[in-house]
Amino acid sequence: MVRISGRRLGAAVLAGMLAAAPFAAPAQAQQGKTLRVALLTGIDHLNPFTAELLAATQVGRLNYEFLTLPSAENAQPTGGIAESWSASDDKLTWTYKIRPNMKWSDGKPLTAKDAAFTFTKMLTDATARTANGSYVTNFDTVTAADDATLVIKTKTPQATMTALDVPIVPEHIWAPIADLKDPKTDTMDVVGVGSGPYVLTEYKPNEFVKFKANKDYWRGAPKVDSVQLLKFSDAEAAVNALKQNEVDVINRLTPTQFDALKGQPGITTSEAPGRRYNEISFNHGVTTVDNKPLGNGNPALKDIKLRKALAQAIDPQTIVDRVMAGHGKVGTGVVPTAYSTYHWQPAAGELAKFDLAAAGAALDAAGYAKGPDGVRTVPGGGKLELRLAGHSSRPFDQRTAEYIKGWFKDIGVTITPELVSDEELNDRTSAGNYDLAISGYSTSPDPDYALSLQTCAQRPNAEGKGGSTDNFFCDAEYEELYKQQLVEFDPAKRADLVKKAQARLASQVVNVVLDYDNVLEAYRSDNFSSFTKQPQPEGAILEQMGYWGYYGATPASGQAASSGDNGSGGGSNTGLWIGIGAVVLIVLVGGGVILAKRGKSADDRE
Amino acid sequence: MSTALSSLDPSAALTDSDERRGGTGTLRFVLAKVGGALVSLVLVITLGFLLFRALPGDPLATRVRDRPTDPQQRAALAASMGLDKPLPEQFLTYFKDLITRGDMGNSVAQSRPVIDMIGERVWPTVLLVGTATLLAVVLGVWLGVRSAWKRDSFFDRANTGIALTLWSVPQFWLGLLLLVYTSGLFPSRGMHSPGTPPGFWSQTVDVAHHLALPCLTLLAVFYAQYMLIMRSSLIGEMNADYLTTARAKGLRDDLVRKRHAVPNALLPTVTLVFLQFGLVVSGSVSVEAVFSWPGLGLLTYDALKGPDYPVLQGVFIVLTGSVVTMNLFAELLYRVLDPRVRAA
Repeated sequence: MVRISGRRLGAAVLAGMLAAAPFAAPAQAQQGKTLRVALLTGIDHLNPFTAELLAATQVGRLNYEFLTLPSAENAQPTGGIAESWSASDDKLTWTYKIRPNMKWSDGKPLTAKDAAFTFTKMLTDATARTANGSYVTNFDTVTAADDATLVIKTKTPQATMTALDVPIVPEHIWAPIADLKDPKTDTMDVVGVGSGPYVLTEYKPNEFVKFKANKDYWRGAPKVDSVQLLKFSDAEAAVNALKQNEVDVINRLTPTQFDALKGQPGITTSEAPGRRYNEISFNHGVTTVDNKPLGNGNPALKDIKLRKALAQAIDPQTIVDRVMAGHGKVGTGVVPTAYSTYHWQPAAGELAKFDLAAAGAALDAAGYAKGPDGVRTVPGGGKLELRLAGHSSRPFDQRTAEYIKGWFKDIGVTITPELVSDEELNDRTSAGNYDLAISGYSTSPDPDYALSLQTCAQRPNAEGKGGSTDNFFCDAEYEELYKQQLVEFDPAKRADLVKKAQARLASQVVNVVLDYDNVLEAYRSDNFSSFTKQPQPEGAILEQMGYWGYYGATPASGQAASSGDNGSGGGSNTGLWIGIGAVVLIVLVGGGVILAKRGKSADDRE
Repeated sequence: MSTALSSLDPSAALTDSDERRGGTGTLRFVLAKVGGALVSLVLVITLGFLLFRALPGDPLATRVRDRPTDPQQRAALAASMGLDKPLPEQFLTYFKDLITRGDMGNSVAQSRPVIDMIGERVWPTVLLVGTATLLAVVLGVWLGVRSAWKRDSFFDRANTGIALTLWSVPQFWLGLLLLVYTSGLFPSRGMHSPGTPPGFWSQTVDVAHHLALPCLTLLAVFYAQYMLIMRSSLIGEMNADYLTTARAKGLRDDLVRKRHAVPNALLPTVTLVFLQFGLVVSGSVSVEAVFSWPGLGLLTYDALKGPDYPVLQGVFIVLTGSVVTMNLFAELLYRVLDPRVRAA
């Protein structure tokens, strides 16, 4: 008897799951036009003061208008809440004129007082500085002279005053909140009032975020009615979802995934210059922040002649063509081509061209003589054998290591690739325990971050902790250029200093910038005809500085877009599926009843 | 796993001297087992704390990577994460907060309380792995009984072959295959669709729809172990004298199997079921990752990058805690289920 009821239960559960399929399809159908975006990174908070992860800051950018923001065209400052702005002659007092007649999504007016509240909160409450604190550490006072005028005084001149990446929040909602760590600051009661192109409506942690279009948005209502950010933890599953029309846009594609999506019906791929650089880092005799030697790097690499020769034996063009399948740009300095104003392009002869023969000759001249086995020896003893550390999880590192091993073998240098986990690699490089390492960083539109990674102060302590350095670089001439560009307000002069700093870094050969990864994205062009890219004409769609890609999403005209909204299970299929579900249900329940009866009659007979 | 199995071995229970003292013996037996479980938990907390700190990686470096910070900000961040204190002090603070307030600290990556993060992830995992385990038990026992009864028949061989094949298939691969080949019939991610109306039934149907594929993947991989154990233990009973007696009474073959053979062969399967229920909470990292199922397995996977010590410790305590609890439960229940253990 027990067994039979167990069987019945199983049958009922299975029937329920099968029957659910046809009914759920119409439930997925959406009203109006929806932009569904695959999210491959996590969201920590919706609260814009504490939201640190990349996807979470993007949520803040859609929900809250900025004071000013980088434009879609060329990432130069453009108006947001502020209509215009000016700085005093000493660059210490900034006055922002606030756009009139702006409204929060609950109808209350948006004034200079909201902006003053936001910044003042960040100055007075440490929790409020969690996400964007670096922008206000140099602020002295922030005041709203009247509803239309915001005045910020800084302690020293600050170059980022027209690019404050800080969402402005409504004072009437946030002023009563005493503790910004309160979990309720992530709920719609608090973050459901915004001023951006889209306003938050629903959040299921680890699953999705929903927005509706802000009809009163000052630039005009967006062309789509709602936005959904759908969390995927597996990139292949996300690609499959795009193919099956479950999402409209996806980014962070690998070159292999990107090339496989090319030419698929209804899908358009989009490639843009990216903000990440890959490099080979040399252990040039690295030191701690107190100038003490650190780690177990091969001392031969202290010789700049050796580093120069090795750099000449690395061909970035081959890496881009063969390893990146062409989806990247050849690297020079630490500021990628995507930020063309600050990108350094060396003059002819400034960087040595890839030439194995010349590299070999340079090593001969520097006293690294070839032994009988073809391997060079270091002057003063020992074979020239170097380790190359990289990420075992990245195909890029695996293939790059093979190429470098081959090139170096040709010039008589033995390379042992040591591909390890990301965490292990971080441990090794931050403790100086490497000879060569495959590394890389994502940069920001403002070159300060990329340059700061190469300054003396970012080196770690004796335990290899507390630092944020790229190559342990510490050079007086570079430091001077870095400091000058920080306080230079003339854009052309600053760009010149930034390029000079990159040239100085390259001349010391502590690294070789291999390439800048392209941003690889794809979208359902049967649902959406275009997106506003940043920069134009061929920038990225999703991970921008601002909200342009989402705001400018234009649905494809005609029937394609509306039927696409229903997903592939919608429309005419529904009836069929209800029918199949009903048949399955009848068969399973009927079968269960018959089996139960049979069991009973057998019991009776005994 | 092997120690847990041996402690569940009936012969081990038989030699326990406490067993021979009647009523007070039972109380002592229960207290001893509960006490043992508590000691295990304290060891788990200590081990969890030390274990994850042996992992490579620096949480602070991971957190500030690709993000502009100056040395002062990094020092303040390290202090707020408690990383600036010596290890024994970190441990004492952690232990005290955990015991007195149930506070597992804040996640390094997400700066949220770990207990909240685990809380929102437990139920999706219990739903997914629990459903899959229940279905696997029902299916596995049913198929196992039939296979054993018709031993070496075509049905038996096909059955065992299919079960062993599915048991050996990598979960993520099977999941991806199902995802691609059922294209469009089932949602490919998460537990909920954003467009679903808020009513109870529509939400339930929506969750069931999302549950189908990951559950099917786990079911396909899980059921083999129940089937094989059921099959082999039933084969062990098949030549027993009492079955001959039952047949001699004139019982139909169906009834001989149902009434006499299966109940006696069920015990090893019950043991396995309890062990597996303890592991239900740990979920399945790879299936949760393929289907973006917002459960504990996925939380663990994400926390390993970093590493996010507080989250890893918290998950470790919850997972091992559930195994210890289910083991305790199984040990106590064994006395009820098996007359031989009680009588001894």
